[in-house]
Amino acid sequence: AAALSASPGPYKLDEKLTPKEAVTTYNNFYEFGVGKEDPSQNSGAFKPTPWTVKVEGMVGKPKEFGLDEILKMKLEERTYRMRCVEGWSMVIPWIGFPLAAILDQVEPLGSAKYVAFETVVRPEEMPGQGGLFQALPWPYVEGLRLDEARHPLTILAVGLYGETLPNQNGAPIRLVVPWKYGFKGIKSIVKIKLVEEQPQTTWKNSNAREYGFYSNVNPAVDHPRWSQATEQRIGEGGFFGTKRVDTLPFNGYANEVASLYTGMDLKANY
Amino acid sequence: MLSIPALPRRYHAASIWALYVVGLCPAAWYFYQAATGGLGFNPVKTFEHLIGIWALRFIILTLAVTPLRDILGINWIRYRRALGLLAFYYVVFHFSVYLLLDLQLNFGAVGSDIVRRPYITIGFACLLLLIPLAVTSNNWSIRKLGQTWVKMHKLIYLVALGGALHYVLAVKSVTLVPFIHIAAIGLLLAYRPLRKPFLNWKRGKTRPARPATTT
Repeated sequence: AAALSASPGPYKLDEKLTPKEAVTTYNNFYEFGVGKEDPSQNSGAFKPTPWTVKVEGMVGKPKEFGLDEILKMKLEERTYRMRCVEGWSMVIPWIGFPLAAILDQVEPLGSAKYVAFETVVRPEEMPGQGGLFQALPWPYVEGLRLDEARHPLTILAVGLYGETLPNQNGAPIRLVVPWKYGFKGIKSIVKIKLVEEQPQTTWKNSNAREYGFYSNVNPAVDHPRWSQATEQRIGEGGFFGTKRVDTLPFNGYANEVASLYTGMDLKANY
Repeated sequence: MLSIPALPRRYHAASIWALYVVGLCPAAWYFYQAATGGLGFNPVKTFEHLIGIWALRFIILTLAVTPLRDILGINWIRYRRALGLLAFYYVVFHFSVYLLLDLQLNFGAVGSDIVRRPYITIGFACLLLLIPLAVTSNNWSIRKLGQTWVKMHKLIYLVALGGALHYVLAVKSVTLVPFIHIAAIGLLLAYRPLRKPFLNWKRGKTRPARPATTT
Protein backbone atom coordinates (compact mmCIF):
# COMPACT_ATOMS: atom_id res chain seq x y z
CA ALA A 1 0.00 0.00 0.00
CA ALA A 2 1.32 3.42 -0.99
CA ALA A 3 0.86 6.65 0.96
CA LEU A 4 -2.29 8.51 0.02
CA SER A 5 -3.10 12.02 1.12
CA ALA A 6 -6.60 13.24 1.86
CA SER A 7 -8.23 16.19 3.49
CA PRO A 8 -10.23 15.61 6.69
CA GLY A 9 -13.83 14.82 5.78
CA PRO A 10 -17.07 15.95 7.41
CA TYR A 11 -17.68 12.79 9.46
CA LYS A 12 -15.63 12.13 12.55
CA LEU A 13 -16.05 9.84 15.51
CA ASP A 14 -14.96 10.10 19.11
CA GLU A 15 -14.30 6.39 19.26
CA LYS A 16 -11.02 4.57 19.49
CA LEU A 17 -9.74 3.47 16.08
CA THR A 18 -9.41 -0.26 15.50
CA PRO A 19 -5.67 -1.04 15.18
CA LYS A 20 -4.53 -1.06 11.56
CA GLU A 21 -3.20 -4.58 11.92
CA ALA A 22 -6.67 -5.78 12.93
CA VAL A 23 -8.32 -3.90 10.06
CA THR A 24 -5.94 -5.54 7.59
CA THR A 25 -5.82 -9.11 8.94
CA TYR A 26 -9.37 -9.78 10.15
CA ASN A 27 -11.41 -9.70 6.97
CA ASN A 28 -14.30 -11.30 5.18
CA PHE A 29 -13.42 -11.40 1.49
CA TYR A 30 -14.52 -14.84 0.33
CA GLU A 31 -12.79 -14.42 -3.03
CA PHE A 32 -9.61 -15.14 -1.05
CA GLY A 33 -11.03 -17.80 1.31
CA VAL A 34 -13.58 -17.98 4.12
CA GLY A 35 -11.17 -17.75 7.09
CA LYS A 36 -10.70 -14.32 8.62
CA GLU A 37 -6.97 -14.38 7.93
CA ASP A 38 -7.29 -15.89 4.44
CA PRO A 39 -7.69 -12.55 2.63
CA SER A 40 -4.47 -11.12 4.09
CA GLN A 41 -2.60 -14.38 3.50
CA ASN A 42 -3.94 -15.31 0.04
CA SER A 43 -4.18 -11.97 -1.74
CA GLY A 44 -0.50 -11.46 -2.51
CA ALA A 45 -0.91 -12.37 -6.19
CA PHE A 46 -3.81 -9.98 -6.75
CA LYS A 47 -3.01 -7.04 -9.05
CA PRO A 48 -5.05 -3.93 -8.26
CA THR A 49 -3.31 -1.94 -11.01
CA PRO A 50 -4.06 -1.19 -13.78
CA TRP A 51 -7.80 -0.96 -13.04
CA THR A 52 -10.91 0.45 -14.61
CA VAL A 53 -14.44 0.84 -13.32
CA LYS A 54 -17.24 0.86 -15.90
CA VAL A 55 -20.22 3.02 -15.03
CA GLU A 56 -23.10 2.24 -17.33
CA GLY A 57 -26.80 1.40 -17.62
CA MET A 58 -29.48 4.06 -17.43
CA VAL A 59 -27.15 7.02 -17.68
CA GLY A 60 -26.73 9.87 -20.12
CA LYS A 61 -22.96 9.54 -20.32
CA PRO A 62 -21.65 6.04 -19.65
CA LYS A 63 -17.99 6.17 -18.76
CA GLU A 64 -15.02 4.01 -17.94
CA PHE A 65 -12.96 5.43 -15.08
CA GLY A 66 -9.26 4.59 -14.91
CA LEU A 67 -7.67 4.30 -11.48
CA ASP A 68 -5.52 7.42 -12.06
CA GLU A 69 -8.61 9.44 -12.71
CA ILE A 70 -10.32 7.99 -9.63
CA LEU A 71 -7.37 8.87 -7.41
CA LYS A 72 -7.58 12.48 -8.66
CA MET A 73 -11.06 12.87 -7.17
CA LYS A 74 -11.26 15.04 -4.07
CA LEU A 75 -10.25 12.49 -1.46
CA GLU A 76 -11.42 12.80 2.13
CA GLU A 77 -10.62 10.92 5.30
CA ARG A 78 -13.78 9.54 6.88
CA THR A 79 -13.75 7.62 10.12
CA TYR A 80 -16.72 5.28 10.17
CA ARG A 81 -17.98 2.48 12.35
CA MET A 82 -18.15 -0.81 10.46
CA ARG A 83 -20.62 -3.39 11.75
CA CYS A 84 -20.37 -6.90 10.34
CA VAL A 85 -23.56 -8.95 10.13
CA GLU A 86 -21.69 -11.63 12.11
CA GLY A 87 -21.77 -9.49 15.26
CA TRP A 88 -18.39 -7.76 15.33
CA SER A 89 -17.39 -4.21 14.58
CA MET A 90 -14.47 -1.90 13.90
CA VAL A 91 -13.78 1.82 13.67
CA ILE A 92 -11.89 2.52 10.44
CA PRO A 93 -10.33 5.68 9.00
CA TRP A 94 -11.21 5.32 5.32
CA ILE A 95 -10.00 7.49 2.47
CA GLY A 96 -12.48 8.01 -0.33
CA PHE A 97 -15.05 10.24 -1.96
CA PRO A 98 -18.83 10.30 -2.16
CA LEU A 99 -20.26 7.83 -4.65
CA ALA A 100 -22.52 10.70 -5.73
CA ALA A 101 -19.47 12.43 -7.26
CA ILE A 102 -19.14 9.64 -9.83
CA LEU A 103 -22.88 9.31 -10.38
CA ASP A 104 -23.07 13.04 -11.17
CA GLN A 105 -20.49 12.64 -13.91
CA VAL A 106 -22.48 9.97 -15.77
CA GLU A 107 -25.85 11.73 -15.46
CA PRO A 108 -28.35 9.07 -14.35
CA LEU A 109 -31.63 9.04 -16.29
CA GLY A 110 -34.90 9.76 -14.50
CA SER A 111 -35.90 6.12 -14.89
CA ALA A 112 -32.87 4.86 -12.93
CA LYS A 113 -33.97 3.69 -9.47
CA TYR A 114 -31.14 1.49 -8.23
CA VAL A 115 -27.38 1.10 -8.49
CA ALA A 116 -25.88 -2.35 -9.07
CA PHE A 117 -22.24 -3.16 -8.28
CA GLU A 118 -19.99 -6.00 -9.38
CA THR A 119 -16.66 -7.37 -8.10
CA VAL A 120 -13.86 -8.54 -10.39
CA VAL A 121 -13.62 -12.26 -11.26
CA ARG A 122 -10.02 -13.49 -11.45
CA PRO A 123 -9.76 -17.08 -10.25
CA GLU A 124 -6.06 -17.11 -11.12
CA GLU A 125 -5.43 -14.29 -8.62
CA MET A 126 -8.27 -15.00 -6.17
CA PRO A 127 -7.97 -18.56 -4.83
CA GLY A 128 -11.49 -18.57 -3.36
CA GLN A 129 -12.92 -18.22 -6.86
CA GLY A 130 -11.35 -21.52 -7.96
CA GLY A 131 -11.34 -25.09 -6.74
CA LEU A 132 -13.98 -27.56 -5.70
CA PHE A 133 -15.64 -25.80 -2.78
CA GLN A 134 -16.50 -22.22 -3.59
CA ALA A 135 -18.32 -20.33 -0.89
CA LEU A 136 -20.48 -18.20 -3.20
CA PRO A 137 -21.29 -17.82 -6.89
CA TRP A 138 -19.14 -15.18 -8.61
CA PRO A 139 -19.07 -12.34 -9.38
CA TYR A 140 -20.06 -10.94 -6.01
CA VAL A 141 -22.85 -8.46 -6.67
CA GLU A 142 -24.42 -5.79 -4.50
CA GLY A 143 -26.92 -2.99 -4.87
CA LEU A 144 -28.33 0.18 -3.35
CA ARG A 145 -31.38 2.27 -3.95
CA LEU A 146 -30.37 5.41 -5.88
CA ASP A 147 -31.12 7.71 -2.93
CA GLU A 148 -28.98 5.51 -0.66
CA ALA A 149 -26.22 5.59 -3.25
CA ARG A 150 -26.40 9.38 -3.45
CA HIS A 151 -26.42 9.86 0.33
CA PRO A 152 -23.38 11.90 1.44
CA LEU A 153 -22.33 9.14 3.88
CA THR A 154 -21.97 6.62 1.04
CA ILE A 155 -18.42 6.59 -0.25
CA LEU A 156 -16.17 4.75 -2.62
CA ALA A 157 -13.05 4.08 -0.58
CA VAL A 158 -9.60 3.86 -2.14
CA GLY A 159 -7.57 3.83 1.05
CA LEU A 160 -7.43 3.43 4.82
CA TYR A 161 -5.06 4.60 7.53
CA GLY A 162 -3.42 7.07 5.13
CA GLU A 163 -2.53 4.46 2.50
CA THR A 164 -4.05 2.95 -0.61
CA LEU A 165 -6.34 -0.02 0.12
CA PRO A 166 -4.55 -3.29 0.87
CA ASN A 167 -5.70 -6.13 -1.42
CA GLN A 168 -7.50 -7.86 1.46
CA ASN A 169 -9.62 -4.78 2.11
CA GLY A 170 -10.93 -4.55 -1.44
CA ALA A 171 -8.21 -2.89 -3.49
CA PRO A 172 -8.21 -0.73 -5.42
CA ILE A 173 -11.74 0.57 -4.88
CA ARG A 174 -14.63 -0.53 -2.71
CA LEU A 175 -17.97 0.67 -1.43
CA VAL A 176 -18.50 1.80 2.18
CA VAL A 177 -22.06 2.31 3.42
CA PRO A 178 -21.60 2.81 7.16
CA TRP A 179 -25.22 2.35 8.26
CA LYS A 180 -25.49 -1.06 6.58
CA TYR A 181 -23.93 -4.41 7.48
CA GLY A 182 -20.40 -4.79 6.16
CA PHE A 183 -21.21 -7.23 3.36
CA LYS A 184 -23.00 -4.42 1.51
CA GLY A 185 -19.57 -2.82 1.11
CA ILE A 186 -18.65 -4.63 -2.09
CA LYS A 187 -14.92 -4.83 -2.78
CA SER A 188 -12.65 -4.59 -5.85
CA ILE A 189 -15.41 -3.03 -7.94
CA VAL A 190 -15.22 -3.27 -11.75
CA LYS A 191 -18.77 -2.32 -12.71
CA ILE A 192 -21.41 0.11 -11.49
CA LYS A 193 -24.72 -0.02 -13.33
CA LEU A 194 -27.76 2.21 -12.98
CA VAL A 195 -30.93 0.13 -13.28
CA GLU A 196 -34.68 0.37 -12.89
CA GLU A 197 -35.37 -2.83 -10.92
CA GLN A 198 -33.96 -3.86 -7.54
CA PRO A 199 -30.67 -5.58 -8.42
CA GLN A 200 -29.54 -9.07 -7.41
CA THR A 201 -27.35 -9.18 -4.32
CA THR A 202 -25.05 -12.10 -3.53
CA TRP A 203 -25.98 -12.84 0.08
CA LYS A 204 -29.69 -12.42 -0.52
CA ASN A 205 -29.44 -14.87 -3.41
CA SER A 206 -27.54 -17.27 -1.22
CA ASN A 207 -29.96 -17.09 1.73
CA ALA A 208 -32.86 -14.63 1.42
CA ARG A 209 -34.27 -15.47 4.85
CA GLU A 210 -31.08 -14.34 6.56
CA TYR A 211 -29.81 -11.52 4.36
CA GLY A 212 -32.06 -8.87 2.88
CA PHE A 213 -31.55 -6.26 0.19
CA TYR A 214 -31.48 -3.38 2.67
CA SER A 215 -29.41 -4.94 5.45
CA ASN A 216 -29.48 -1.78 7.52
CA VAL A 217 -27.83 -2.28 10.90
CA ASN A 218 -30.72 -2.87 13.27
CA PRO A 219 -30.38 -4.18 16.85
CA ALA A 220 -34.14 -4.83 16.94
CA VAL A 221 -34.12 -7.30 14.05
CA ASP A 222 -32.13 -10.42 14.90
CA HIS A 223 -30.36 -12.50 12.34
CA PRO A 224 -32.30 -15.80 12.33
CA ARG A 225 -29.28 -17.52 13.85
CA TRP A 226 -27.97 -14.91 16.26
CA SER A 227 -28.87 -11.73 18.08
CA GLN A 228 -27.90 -8.37 16.59
CA ALA A 229 -28.41 -6.50 19.87
CA THR A 230 -24.72 -6.25 20.73
CA GLU A 231 -21.44 -6.34 18.88
CA GLN A 232 -17.89 -7.29 19.68
CA ARG A 233 -15.23 -4.63 19.06
CA ILE A 234 -12.36 -6.29 17.26
CA GLY A 235 -8.89 -5.60 18.61
CA GLU A 236 -10.02 -4.56 22.07
CA GLY A 237 -10.06 -6.52 25.31
CA GLY A 238 -8.21 -9.60 24.06
CA PHE A 239 -9.03 -13.15 25.09
CA PHE A 240 -10.22 -12.60 28.67
CA GLY A 241 -12.04 -9.31 28.27
CA THR A 242 -13.93 -9.29 24.99
CA LYS A 243 -15.38 -5.83 24.52
CA ARG A 244 -19.10 -5.93 23.79
CA VAL A 245 -21.05 -2.77 23.03
CA ASP A 246 -24.70 -2.20 22.21
CA THR A 247 -25.46 -2.07 18.51
CA LEU A 248 -27.10 1.20 17.48
CA PRO A 249 -29.96 1.60 14.98
CA PHE A 250 -28.46 2.37 11.56
CA ASN A 251 -25.09 1.76 13.22
CA GLY A 252 -25.31 5.13 14.95
CA TYR A 253 -26.12 7.07 11.77
CA ALA A 254 -29.88 7.28 12.34
CA ASN A 255 -29.90 11.09 12.39
CA GLU A 256 -28.43 11.14 8.90
CA VAL A 257 -30.24 8.25 7.23
CA ALA A 258 -33.43 7.24 9.07
CA SER A 259 -35.44 9.62 6.85
CA LEU A 260 -34.56 7.49 3.82
CA TYR A 261 -36.84 4.80 5.24
CA THR A 262 -39.82 6.71 6.62
CA GLY A 263 -42.99 4.68 6.31
CA MET A 264 -41.10 1.47 5.61
CA ASP A 265 -41.49 -1.61 7.84
CA LEU A 266 -37.86 -2.29 8.73
CA LYS A 267 -38.73 -5.75 10.07
CA ALA A 268 -40.07 -6.79 6.66
CA ASN A 269 -37.41 -4.86 4.73
CA TYR A 270 -34.42 -6.19 6.66
CA MET B 1 -6.53 -58.28 6.56
CA LEU B 2 -4.37 -55.37 7.58
CA SER B 3 -2.07 -56.30 10.40
CA ILE B 4 -0.33 -53.87 12.66
CA PRO B 5 1.98 -54.99 15.42
CA ALA B 6 -0.04 -55.66 18.55
CA LEU B 7 0.76 -53.54 21.58
CA PRO B 8 1.97 -55.78 24.43
CA ARG B 9 -0.70 -56.04 27.10
CA ARG B 10 1.41 -54.46 29.81
CA TYR B 11 1.42 -51.16 27.88
CA HIS B 12 -2.35 -50.98 27.38
CA ALA B 13 -3.11 -48.84 30.44
CA ALA B 14 -0.19 -46.51 29.77
CA SER B 15 -1.27 -46.06 26.15
CA ILE B 16 -4.75 -45.05 27.26
CA TRP B 17 -3.32 -42.44 29.63
CA ALA B 18 -1.09 -41.23 26.80
CA LEU B 19 -4.17 -40.81 24.64
CA TYR B 20 -5.76 -38.55 27.26
CA VAL B 21 -2.61 -36.44 27.39
CA VAL B 22 -2.24 -36.20 23.61
CA GLY B 23 -5.97 -35.60 23.21
CA LEU B 24 -5.91 -32.61 25.54
CA CYS B 25 -2.92 -31.07 23.76
CA PRO B 26 -4.93 -29.17 21.10
CA ALA B 27 -7.01 -27.49 23.80
CA ALA B 28 -3.92 -26.57 25.83
CA TRP B 29 -2.04 -25.32 22.76
CA TYR B 30 -4.91 -23.18 21.46
CA PHE B 31 -5.57 -21.83 24.94
CA TYR B 32 -1.93 -20.81 25.23
CA GLN B 33 -2.06 -19.21 21.78
CA ALA B 34 -5.31 -17.37 22.48
CA ALA B 35 -4.04 -16.06 25.81
CA THR B 36 -0.77 -14.82 24.30
CA GLY B 37 -2.23 -13.16 21.19
CA GLY B 38 -1.48 -15.96 18.73
CA LEU B 39 -5.05 -16.50 17.51
CA GLY B 40 -5.60 -13.22 15.72
CA PHE B 41 -7.90 -10.36 16.55
CA ASN B 42 -10.94 -12.33 17.61
CA PRO B 43 -9.30 -14.95 19.82
CA VAL B 44 -12.50 -15.88 21.65
CA LYS B 45 -14.44 -16.84 18.52
CA THR B 46 -11.43 -18.53 16.95
CA PHE B 47 -10.73 -20.56 20.10
CA GLU B 48 -14.43 -21.41 20.49
CA HIS B 49 -14.60 -22.67 16.89
CA LEU B 50 -11.35 -24.66 17.05
CA ILE B 51 -12.44 -26.39 20.26
CA GLY B 52 -15.83 -27.18 18.71
CA ILE B 53 -14.19 -28.74 15.67
CA TRP B 54 -11.98 -30.87 17.94
CA ALA B 55 -15.08 -32.04 19.82
CA LEU B 56 -16.48 -33.25 16.50
CA ARG B 57 -13.17 -34.94 15.67
CA PHE B 58 -13.25 -36.95 18.89
CA ILE B 59 -16.86 -37.94 18.21
CA ILE B 60 -15.76 -39.07 14.74
CA LEU B 61 -12.89 -41.11 16.23
CA THR B 62 -15.24 -42.65 18.81
CA LEU B 63 -17.63 -43.73 16.05
CA ALA B 64 -14.74 -45.04 13.94
CA VAL B 65 -13.65 -47.67 16.46
CA THR B 66 -16.31 -50.26 15.54
CA PRO B 67 -16.05 -50.06 11.72
CA LEU B 68 -12.27 -50.10 12.02
CA ARG B 69 -12.51 -53.41 13.86
CA ASP B 70 -15.21 -54.86 11.59
CA ILE B 71 -13.63 -53.88 8.30
CA LEU B 72 -9.88 -53.73 8.89
CA GLY B 73 -9.61 -55.95 11.93
CA ILE B 74 -7.91 -53.25 13.99
CA ASN B 75 -9.16 -53.52 17.52
CA TRP B 76 -8.86 -50.21 19.35
CA ILE B 77 -11.89 -50.78 21.52
CA ARG B 78 -9.77 -50.12 24.63
CA TYR B 79 -9.38 -46.48 23.49
CA ARG B 80 -13.06 -45.85 22.85
CA ARG B 81 -13.91 -44.69 26.36
CA ALA B 82 -11.05 -42.17 26.33
CA LEU B 83 -12.08 -40.89 22.89
CA GLY B 84 -15.69 -40.48 23.98
CA LEU B 85 -14.68 -38.71 27.17
CA LEU B 86 -12.33 -36.43 25.25
CA ALA B 87 -15.25 -35.51 23.00
CA PHE B 88 -17.27 -34.73 26.13
CA TYR B 89 -14.48 -32.60 27.63
CA TYR B 90 -14.16 -30.61 24.39
CA VAL B 91 -17.93 -30.03 24.25
CA VAL B 92 -17.73 -28.76 27.84
CA PHE B 93 -14.77 -26.48 26.96
CA HIS B 94 -16.63 -25.25 23.87
CA PHE B 95 -19.70 -24.35 25.92
CA SER B 96 -17.63 -22.80 28.71
CA VAL B 97 -15.84 -20.48 26.28
CA TYR B 98 -19.19 -19.44 24.83
CA LEU B 99 -20.63 -18.86 28.33
CA LEU B 100 -17.64 -17.24 30.05
CA LEU B 101 -15.57 -15.49 27.41
CA ASP B 102 -17.99 -14.90 24.53
CA LEU B 103 -21.23 -13.95 26.29
CA GLN B 104 -19.45 -13.16 29.59
CA LEU B 105 -22.03 -14.84 31.82
CA ASN B 106 -24.91 -12.90 30.33
CA PHE B 107 -27.39 -15.64 31.25
CA GLY B 108 -30.29 -13.80 29.64
CA ALA B 109 -28.52 -13.88 26.29
CA VAL B 110 -27.50 -17.53 26.78
CA GLY B 111 -31.08 -18.49 27.62
CA SER B 112 -32.56 -16.66 24.68
CA ASP B 113 -29.89 -18.18 22.38
CA ILE B 114 -30.76 -21.69 23.58
CA VAL B 115 -34.49 -21.16 23.18
CA ARG B 116 -34.53 -19.18 19.96
CA ARG B 117 -31.55 -20.25 17.87
CA PRO B 118 -31.91 -23.78 16.54
CA TYR B 119 -28.18 -24.44 16.15
CA ILE B 120 -27.57 -23.44 19.76
CA THR B 121 -30.60 -25.43 20.93
CA ILE B 122 -29.16 -28.48 19.18
CA GLY B 123 -25.65 -27.88 20.49
CA PHE B 124 -26.89 -27.49 24.05
CA ALA B 125 -29.05 -30.63 23.75
CA CYS B 126 -25.94 -32.55 22.64
CA LEU B 127 -24.06 -31.31 25.72
CA LEU B 128 -26.92 -32.49 27.96
CA LEU B 129 -27.13 -35.87 26.21
CA LEU B 130 -23.41 -36.41 26.67
CA ILE B 131 -23.59 -35.96 30.45
CA PRO B 132 -25.25 -39.34 31.27
CA LEU B 133 -22.87 -41.03 28.84
CA ALA B 134 -19.84 -39.47 30.53
CA VAL B 135 -21.17 -40.26 34.02
CA THR B 136 -21.67 -43.93 33.15
CA SER B 137 -18.37 -44.37 31.35
CA ASN B 138 -16.85 -46.58 34.01
CA ASN B 139 -16.62 -50.32 34.55
CA TRP B 140 -18.92 -50.24 37.54
CA SER B 141 -21.75 -48.65 35.51
CA ILE B 142 -21.22 -51.09 32.63
CA ARG B 143 -21.55 -54.06 35.01
CA LYS B 144 -24.46 -52.54 36.88
CA LEU B 145 -26.48 -51.47 33.83
CA GLY B 146 -25.77 -54.41 31.54
CA GLN B 147 -27.84 -54.27 28.35
CA THR B 148 -29.31 -50.92 29.43
CA TRP B 149 -25.81 -49.46 29.24
CA VAL B 150 -25.41 -50.69 25.66
CA LYS B 151 -28.75 -49.19 24.64
CA MET B 152 -28.12 -45.97 26.50
CA HIS B 153 -24.75 -45.39 24.87
CA LYS B 154 -26.33 -45.57 21.44
CA LEU B 155 -27.25 -41.95 22.27
CA ILE B 156 -23.83 -41.09 20.85
CA TYR B 157 -25.37 -41.50 17.37
CA LEU B 158 -27.89 -38.79 18.17
CA VAL B 159 -25.13 -36.58 19.57
CA ALA B 160 -23.04 -37.09 16.43
CA LEU B 161 -25.99 -36.19 14.22
CA GLY B 162 -26.74 -33.15 16.38
CA GLY B 163 -23.09 -32.08 16.37
CA ALA B 164 -22.96 -32.23 12.57
CA LEU B 165 -26.20 -30.27 12.30
CA HIS B 166 -24.95 -27.68 14.82
CA TYR B 167 -21.83 -27.20 12.67
CA VAL B 168 -23.72 -26.91 9.35
CA LEU B 169 -26.15 -24.39 10.82
CA ALA B 170 -23.41 -22.34 12.45
CA VAL B 171 -21.28 -21.67 9.35
CA LYS B 172 -22.23 -19.15 6.70
CA SER B 173 -21.45 -21.52 3.86
CA VAL B 174 -20.36 -25.16 3.82
CA THR B 175 -16.82 -25.22 2.46
CA LEU B 176 -14.21 -27.99 2.45
CA VAL B 177 -13.45 -28.25 6.18
CA PRO B 178 -17.08 -28.45 7.35
CA PHE B 179 -17.85 -30.81 4.47
CA ILE B 180 -15.12 -33.29 5.45
CA HIS B 181 -16.27 -33.46 9.07
CA ILE B 182 -19.93 -33.77 8.19
CA ALA B 183 -19.25 -36.39 5.52
CA ALA B 184 -17.21 -38.43 8.03
CA ILE B 185 -20.05 -38.37 10.54
CA GLY B 186 -22.55 -39.21 7.79
CA LEU B 187 -20.54 -42.24 6.64
CA LEU B 188 -19.93 -43.52 10.17
CA LEU B 189 -23.63 -43.25 11.05
CA ALA B 190 -24.68 -44.81 7.73
CA TYR B 191 -22.48 -47.81 8.56
CA ARG B 192 -24.53 -48.70 11.65
CA PRO B 193 -27.62 -50.19 9.92
CA LEU B 194 -25.31 -51.92 7.43
CA ARG B 195 -23.21 -53.49 10.14
CA LYS B 196 -25.21 -56.70 10.75
CA PRO B 197 -25.59 -57.63 7.07
CA PHE B 198 -21.91 -56.84 6.54
CA LEU B 199 -20.78 -59.04 9.44
CA ASN B 200 -23.05 -61.90 8.27
CA TRP B 201 -21.63 -61.65 4.78
CA LYS B 202 -18.10 -61.63 6.12
CA ARG B 203 -18.79 -64.61 8.40
CA GLY B 204 -20.27 -66.54 5.49
CA LYS B 205 -17.19 -65.86 3.41
CA THR B 206 -14.69 -67.01 5.99
CA ARG B 207 -16.61 -70.04 7.28
CA PRO B 208 -15.63 -72.40 8.79
CA ALA B 209 -12.97 -70.15 10.31
CA ARG B 210 -13.77 -68.56 13.63
CA PRO B 211 -15.44 -65.14 13.83
CA ALA B 212 -13.32 -62.40 12.31
CA THR B 213 -12.87 -60.38 15.46
CA THR B 214 -9.26 -60.54 16.52
CA THR B 215 -7.25 -58.76 19.12
